[in-house]
Amino acid sequence: MTGAALVLVLLALAAVAFHLGRKRAFAVSAPLGGAKHLHSLPGYYGSLAALWCAVPAVIVLVLWLSLESRIVENLVVSGLPEEVRALPPERLDLVVNDIRNLVEGNIVSGEVDPEMRAAAGRYRELQRTSAAASAVVVLIVAVAGLGVAWRRVAPALRARNQVERIVRFFLIACSTVAIFTTIGIVLSVLFEAIRFFGHVPLTDFLLGLDWSPQMAIREDQIGSSGAFGAVPLFAGTLLISFIAMTVAAPVGLFAAVYLAEYATPAFRSVAKPALEILAGVPTVVYGFFAALVVAPLIRDTGTVLGLDVASESALAAGLVMGVMIIPFVSSLSDDVINAVPQSLRDGSYGLGATRSETIRRVVLPAALPGIVGGLLLAISRAIGETMIVVMAAGLAANLTANPLQAVTTVTVQIVTLLVGDQEFDSPKTLAAFALGLVLFTITLCLNVAALHVVRKYREQYE
Amino acid sequence: MDTSIHTSEAMVRRRAKRRAAERRFRAYGATAVALAIAALGALFASIIGNGYTAFQQTYIELEITYDPETLGLGEARDAAALSAANYPGVVKKAMRETFPEVTGRRAKRRLYGIVSSGASFILRERVLADPGLVGETRRVWVPADDDVDMLVKGHIDRDAPEAERRVKDDQIAWITRLERAGRIEKRFNTTFFTAGDSREPELAGVRGAAAGSFFTLLVTLALSFPIGVAAAVYLEEFAPTNRLTDLIEVNINNLAAVPSIIFGLLGLAVFINFFGLPRSAPLVGGLVLTLMTLPTIIIASRAALKSVPPSIREAALGMGASKMQTITHHVLPLAMPGMLTGTIIGMAQALGETAPLLMIGMVAFIVDVPGGLLDPSTALPVQIFLWADSPERAFIERTSAAIMVLLAFLITMNALAVVLRRRFERRW
Amino acid sequence: MNATASEMLLVNEPPPPPPPAEPVAADPVPAGIETVGRITVDQPRMTSRNVSVMYGDKMGIEDVNLDIGKNEVLAMIGPSGCGKSTFLRCLNRMNDTVDVCRVTGTIRLDGEDVHDPRLDVVQLRARVGMVFQKPNPFPKSIYDNVAYGPRIHGLAEGRRETDAIVQRSLEKAGLWNEVRDRLEQPGTGLSGGQQQRLCIARAIAVSPEVILMDEPCSALDPIATARIEELIDELRENYTIVIVTHSMQQAARVSQRTAYFHLGRLIEVGETSQIFTNPRHDLTEDYITGRFG
Repeated sequence: MTGAALVLVLLALAAVAFHLGRKRAFAVSAPLGGAKHLHSLPGYYGSLAALWCAVPAVIVLVLWLSLESRIVENLVVSGLPEEVRALPPERLDLVVNDIRNLVEGNIVSGEVDPEMRAAAGRYRELQRTSAAASAVVVLIVAVAGLGVAWRRVAPALRARNQVERIVRFFLIACSTVAIFTTIGIVLSVLFEAIRFFGHVPLTDFLLGLDWSPQMAIREDQIGSSGAFGAVPLFAGTLLISFIAMTVAAPVGLFAAVYLAEYATPAFRSVAKPALEILAGVPTVVYGFFAALVVAPLIRDTGTVLGLDVASESALAAGLVMGVMIIPFVSSLSDDVINAVPQSLRDGSYGLGATRSETIRRVVLPAALPGIVGGLLLAISRAIGETMIVVMAAGLAANLTANPLQAVTTVTVQIVTLLVGDQEFDSPKTLAAFALGLVLFTITLCLNVAALHVVRKYREQYE
Repeated sequence: MDTSIHTSEAMVRRRAKRRAAERRFRAYGATAVALAIAALGALFASIIGNGYTAFQQTYIELEITYDPETLGLGEARDAAALSAANYPGVVKKAMRETFPEVTGRRAKRRLYGIVSSGASFILRERVLADPGLVGETRRVWVPADDDVDMLVKGHIDRDAPEAERRVKDDQIAWITRLERAGRIEKRFNTTFFTAGDSREPELAGVRGAAAGSFFTLLVTLALSFPIGVAAAVYLEEFAPTNRLTDLIEVNINNLAAVPSIIFGLLGLAVFINFFGLPRSAPLVGGLVLTLMTLPTIIIASRAALKSVPPSIREAALGMGASKMQTITHHVLPLAMPGMLTGTIIGMAQALGETAPLLMIGMVAFIVDVPGGLLDPSTALPVQIFLWADSPERAFIERTSAAIMVLLAFLITMNALAVVLRRRFERRW
Repeated sequence: MNATASEMLLVNEPPPPPPPAEPVAADPVPAGIETVGRITVDQPRMTSRNVSVMYGDKMGIEDVNLDIGKNEVLAMIGPSGCGKSTFLRCLNRMNDTVDVCRVTGTIRLDGEDVHDPRLDVVQLRARVGMVFQKPNPFPKSIYDNVAYGPRIHGLAEGRRETDAIVQRSLEKAGLWNEVRDRLEQPGTGLSGGQQQRLCIARAIAVSPEVILMDEPCSALDPIATARIEELIDELRENYTIVIVTHSMQQAARVSQRTAYFHLGRLIEVGETSQIFTNPRHDLTEDYITGRFG
């Protein structure tokens, strides 16, 4: 039985359980004089029965599915010949990978010996057994749950309270997803990063000036031993983010001021959706635009001016990223500018200040914390932006402050290191996670600081 | 008449300066808005300008003789033999017969290069559908090669020196002859909407990527909407103000601002490496995008719940309804439009997201249209990324066209959200 | 004369011409208005004729004719929504900041039409200052609050002159002794009454001719109110003051003339003592005897 069919059967069983529970509630209440003598409405007894039937079964099913592949793999490995099992773990992984590919009918690296074939057969066998067993176990659990619920239905049973307690528990579980996501992020980057720092010392990584992650494929190869000094990446990220912010901060801020304080309602009703569209354009589109239009334009302009411009200059990526962030800055600034009470503006106008004097001397200073918070969030966004730089910035890890040269960024390197073959034992792949850890830490600090500032600001005027 | 200092000569001069400053400031603001709108215009103009021609494809009419000998069929007419027959040979023969004067291996190869390699697939399909065609002669429109397509559409300059263009002089001459004979035609490019990816631009389409995006979003919607609404309900209606709630709030707000690529790393480490889910699968993509869109949905749903006035809750509670009943019967229905709007916006974000999908392997070259949650697939934005990397001129056009398709989806979704908001927005 | 949203803050207009040389002739009072009492004064600072205000298609005030004399305190009373605040905000064109608001009629300050497109609203507001219902100090230091006006208008050159203006204004507002040691602290940290006096000091610092006060004491406790009322009385020597108030006692205490508004119309105007002891219009009498309002 496939997973989907099993889920459908479970749903059907839950529906049956609802019906039975409800009927049972009517039955037990009949001698007392009808359903009004029940503690809860009959439907709640049905719901309770359905929950008893479905919830434990689903939990068992999910656990089973998430553990199945590991258990099966271990069983298959333990059935492999002694000499194969004695292989170092990374080689063993390759073997397991091959077996899995054989099972799925994909192309396998290297020759297929009979032992492998046997192992693949065993793998398939175990999978089948597991699927059958899971179906049986899950259905037994479901029926048992239904039985328990059936027996518990009684007029005094506080079915509504129990159902509500279960629902409430579900709500709490859902709201903790955010916490588990954060924990998941931290653990997933931290573990691999720690493994990386086993290969490359932390100080070399954070302070090294040379980045060339290509490792020698064979032991005896010369050169390209891999250097993991991330400073050029940090510098490149900062350079591009800086260019982006020099575009986005003034343009976004002035646009927000204009729309909030000057524009006629008619103009606003055109310009605001335009900015929203700009905000909704996927980053991959910006990346394409940067690579196809902006980068050649800048290079050609540079050639005309006699400047030496790289075809993947930091300027192109930064400019386009700036355009991407404009609506972000302007909508956040718009929020905080609108939060400044009208009474302050009136006070200033009442003294004979012009509109711009009021904005510059009263509104903007009052909104400053909120604007700073918004800009911090924008910086965090620029640092974490991936597609534009992947498509428009280069791979060359130059340590330069010249915006006309090609630089690379943290996110570009994460993508290049992880797209394609991954070997979770080589520092090359693990380096991506170390970079991810740095990226997460920096953006986390920026976000928390920004959110704190914005929150304090909002409280001030609420 | 006593005069005020404000009517003095100096003040008048000073006010002129202040007015100038005011004008400058206002001009800065207008410039900023104009810049933003100009950027939007340039973006759309370049995409549409580059992409609109992709919705047409050049076709060439060939006189095809389904000669059993050329096909290498002999007497066999069963499906296996028909499927394995030598259709490229038939196409080449048709080309040779159209231009009998072409001799020499190189010239012939250039001649064959005019027609797409997809032509033989079309012939195979026709023969498989109607085996009676064997031995017959038919006029068939087949797609032209992408370089010819570019030439016909004017993207390749016919007057440029021969060495600088991919279409050679003799090829141009042949094409011109075909054009004069009315045997070259631009038609609506259905392949673009019905095919999966391909190395040949004229055979590549967005259907595979669109299906991948569809399955991915299906998973995202199925998970993020219920979880998001449940979390919002708990935080807004039940949660006591304690440190746990605070922690959840901070987490949600922070996750909304975490770079999307980090979610990709999470997906790679947890879903693929730890739980052993298959790479490149829409299921994993959907899980990752769920975690990414949840904060958006939770924040929007909380705002929707907050906008339901407390008097309605009090009215229901006052009638003896339980808190859960109050919420399910009264609060949720009133907040639902707002929640749906937030969900649609979250889905639109997820549809445009690329970086995390790169991390979980949805960047492979996949020809087949995926049929399920576990089939290897890409997504629309990833397809755009992949095509943008391809060197062929024809892929620039198709990348732009794919972007137009993606933007059409996004604009539809956002318009839906706007309509929903206008329609059901209630001011209390 | 229209002051529509599009004309808001006419700062882009050419500079205003020098003040008119001809003697200020009091506008003739249009016939057929219902206002009871003498609306004109001997030495008008401001005059208004046929002033009406529309909010969208809703009438705010209708055909108000009223003079405001030099160095007098004019109180405007009336039930909520009667248009007294709307009229007040016409006097320095604060209604310009409300998009849907349209003002018609003529208002003159020292003979100049305040709605004249050549007149700079910035100048008007510098000459006709305003104190609002809720104290609204800027989120800046006490010093910067008071120095704001002189700085934007360029009334002081250098720190020393600014210091002098700040001190003089705070002294006039009766706040100097309370804040002289903490001028650098935020104005928002003061008590409500102090904040309102700070706002008055802020208005005085620009050297206006007229000060408009829109229920300046409604957010204050009785002691702070008494302090402000004393202050108004002192300020009368140098300024013309128009005050909108809900408190009839306050009007009686601080003003020389009182105008009674009802449903957007000016019903009666006269000497304060006369209005409160011997009102001539029934509506006025009903109001001050507490029958409605």
